[in-house]
Amino acid sequence: MPDNSRFHLAQLNIAALRFPLDDPRVADFVAALEPINALADAAPGFVWRLVGEGSDDATGLRPFGPDVIVNLTVWEGAEALWDYVYRSGHLEVMRRRREWFQRHAEAHLAMWWVPAGHVPSLAEAAERLELLCAEGPSPRAFTFTSSYTAEEARAADPALADRSGAGPAGAGRAGAGQASSAAV
Amino acid sequence: MEDIDAIAALQDPVRRRLYEFVAARGREVGRNEAAEAVGVQRTLAAFHLDRLVEAGLLESGSRRLTGRSGPGAGRPAKVYRRSPVERQVALPARDYRTAADLLAEAAEAAGLDDGVREAARRRGRALRGPVGDREELASLLRSRGYEPYWDEDEGEGRDGSGPVLRMRNCPFHSVAERFPPLVCGMNLALLEGLLEGADGWRARMDPRPGECCTVVEPSKNNEP
Repeated sequence: MPDNSRFHLAQLNIAALRFPLDDPRVADFVAALEPINALADAAPGFVWRLVGEGSDDATGLRPFGPDVIVNLTVWEGAEALWDYVYRSGHLEVMRRRREWFQRHAEAHLAMWWVPAGHVPSLAEAAERLELLCAEGPSPRAFTFTSSYTAEEARAADPALADRSGAGPAGAGRAGAGQASSAAV
Repeated sequence: MEDIDAIAALQDPVRRRLYEFVAARGREVGRNEAAEAVGVQRTLAAFHLDRLVEAGLLESGSRRLTGRSGPGAGRPAKVYRRSPVERQVALPARDYRTAADLLAEAAEAAGLDDGVREAARRRGRALRGPVGDREELASLLRSRGYEPYWDEDEGEGRDGSGPVLRMRNCPFHSVAERFPPLVCGMNLALLEGLLEGADGWRARMDPRPGECCTVVEPSKNNEP
């Protein structure tokens, strides 16, 4: 087992809403945001999630288009993220995703390793998603079904190893308590 | 080891009872506990448990069963739990897993969740059996491969109306891992169909790592 404590897993997930957030047809999703985000914050291995300014979630941020909501999080590893997304109350939100979100035409989820303590930016996240769309899964941008270890990512990207010395290891709790949307 | 050899290792009745006992615990089991449960000598149980590990049906580890540590705590005991590796044999050769995987992949890509759930609900209805009491309910789910158990920790359930039935095994595990929302949604619909008309029980999602994502709990008659 490689030492993963120096690296954390960043995750970007975008989803196109079928209706505006004030539409009654997405009321159940909106109502689920707070408890589901609280569940993420308390989940084992949770490190950080993006929130909009003055908000408890990221639903106000629309860098990918007016209808596209964004979920950007950091976790200690893929297993922690998986257990939250698919093995917690979050699964019920996933189960109903077709009621609220359009079907994805292309890649909508990307994961990549970051040095522990690094807070990924939306620009960085968009770059990884583009990379995944353009070139398919690689150690620099991958999905659950095509996962790579931090070790593989470091081997493929020496800059990642260099940067991991810069941030305080385990400082990933920075930003915990701020909030973002459910990963759908 | 080939699947057929692993399965053949269960032909010995003592070994099979030991395997079933360990699998049903859902946790690590020591040699003494397994021997007592099956009613054989400890050395015989140890022999068969180790054969099951060799066959890849169980995994072993070591643990201090007393909870003590340091000098005087004694040697760590050998413990066993079920292996997560799936074994199956079909004669003549069949490959329904690849078929299920491909169909699920296409259903996921086409967004066919609703259609899949409708089919599952209908199938659940067709498979209904008597669920008059707790044992009948557990037995029906057991027959579908769910490995149900009553959750003692949960005590009286969410609304104090009775204990909750959890399920250790997901019968659709490998496809569920690849397409969780689609397949877990299908599974919930199947269970809803199975419990349709069964006064007093309902299925709902309550996923936990390592178990089926659904629980069955008592319901008031006027609730869905």
